[in-house]
Amino acid sequence: MQNRSPAFWLFLTPVILALGIVVVIPFVYGLVYSFTDWNGLTATKFIGFEHYINLFQEKEFMNSIWFTVKFAVASVLLLNFFGLALALIVTRNIKSNNLLRTVFFMPNLIGGLILGFIWQFIFVSVFGDIGELLGVKSLQGWLSTTETGFWGLVILTAWQMAGYIMIIYIAYLENIPKELIEAAKIDGASSFQRFKNITFPLVAPAFTISMFLTLSTSFKIYDQNLSLTNGGPYNSTQMVAMEIVRTAFSDNQMSYAQAKAVIFFLIVAVVALTQVYYNKKREVEM
Amino acid sequence: MKNQEKKSLFSIEILGIILGLLWIAPFYLMIVNAFKTKRDIFKGVLGFPSEWEFDNFVQAFIDLSFLKSLFNSVLITGLSVGIIVLFSSMAGYALARNKSKLSGVLFFVFVAAMLIPFQSVMIPLISIFGQAEMLNAAGLIFMYLGFGCSLSIFLYHGAMTGVSKSLDEAAIIDGANRFQLFWKIIFPLLKPISVTVAILNVIWIWNDYLLPSLVLSEANATIPLKMFYFFGQYTKQWHLALAGLTIAIIPVIVGYFFAQKQIINGVSEGAVK
Repeated sequence: MQNRSPAFWLFLTPVILALGIVVVIPFVYGLVYSFTDWNGLTATKFIGFEHYINLFQEKEFMNSIWFTVKFAVASVLLLNFFGLALALIVTRNIKSNNLLRTVFFMPNLIGGLILGFIWQFIFVSVFGDIGELLGVKSLQGWLSTTETGFWGLVILTAWQMAGYIMIIYIAYLENIPKELIEAAKIDGASSFQRFKNITFPLVAPAFTISMFLTLSTSFKIYDQNLSLTNGGPYNSTQMVAMEIVRTAFSDNQMSYAQAKAVIFFLIVAVVALTQVYYNKKREVEM
Repeated sequence: MKNQEKKSLFSIEILGIILGLLWIAPFYLMIVNAFKTKRDIFKGVLGFPSEWEFDNFVQAFIDLSFLKSLFNSVLITGLSVGIIVLFSSMAGYALARNKSKLSGVLFFVFVAAMLIPFQSVMIPLISIFGQAEMLNAAGLIFMYLGFGCSLSIFLYHGAMTGVSKSLDEAAIIDGANRFQLFWKIIFPLLKPISVTVAILNVIWIWNDYLLPSLVLSEANATIPLKMFYFFGQYTKQWHLALAGLTIAIIPVIVGYFFAQKQIINGVSEGAVK
């Protein structure tokens, strides 16, 4: 199919139109609008970097970035720990391994909004009741403080997505040649040595993939944030995505929200490009 | 030696089962408490209901206008995923078979668009579609094509490396045009990747909340959207809220039950590539 062939363009027209109208044009407009006083319909003048200067001084926005970064780091660590642990369990020759895979993966199929509501019940009522039963004060009043709201979000995310990360690790674990493990066993390597010297190096690429995948997903989380804590108490558990939505659609500050959205894009892009860079580097080494 | 291995396997199995129980505990607690009365929940959420209350489900079913929301969800997800598969497969094929610089640039643009988070285009997008009076189901489906085509084209493009070019040549010699060639010969060969693409997009679109909340009116609400309104109405009435949540996830569980192997394989393929 050549560039001039009509078939080539016919095959591509629908997606070019869709991507153009839905992503490319709004993205470019958004960049431009972020330097104006655009109110969602019309812009009267260019205001230069005013929005950008303001947003770095806005406490609520900077708090949301900081909260999101902390959340992302905690989730990435927990998710990868559980993802790998679950994968190591279900790739062993145990009777329940298929059933367990099904169970661990299940939360991924259900929307973050619904899961957030379910966990609101767990954290508030179930934790409360267990705390009362065992006399543990720290289990009561969850989601009513910034601290418990933070850990609530981390636990929800780890529970929801660990099964997904597990699947990635499984794909790599099942590719490890059985002979390698057998040979090491015969040579008298302990199970810890086998893990450290064979399994771990061979699943290291999976670690890179999962780390960046979880990092960028945790950065972009919105639904769980909305349904679990709704940003409360006092907007202290509000993440960047939610902050932008609220600036736009609750406070009606469209161009200001758009400037925040541009900063958000830059953060996410840096994370993703770092991943691409590492992947390329690894490919070269291999 | 053998015995010790058996023993360690057994303890791993026990650990796995404990974790498995922990993983489904939230669902268990949701279902059990959905059967309780308000007073029962107040007395405690850990035990069984003193009597099993079905009325919660009836009321939640009515208040969620569940059949209507289910219909809206099925319609929007089905049509969106249908056109994503249709148009992305064509595009992936065209881009893979054209080795020119232009084709490479286009492919790069599609892949690079994946970097852009939804919030970064959301505000102008809603403004543009609002002015065009396209904030409706049709507009939403078109938006899903725009957001979904990047990853899908990427996956189809990758899968095309496994489809020999001699097939194209043979078909052209036999007098087929490009469309016949694609639909009769190439598309059937891409079936495994089509399943992956469809599964990934179904999971995303079925559960999506933010975009439809900005586009659809309450009358056309999908399940997540309706769930949000419903939940707002019943805060502090956990017996009804939990019954509603249980109803809302039943379609997903049913789907998972019938297609779990394809779903897990599809997700695995989509992630590792």
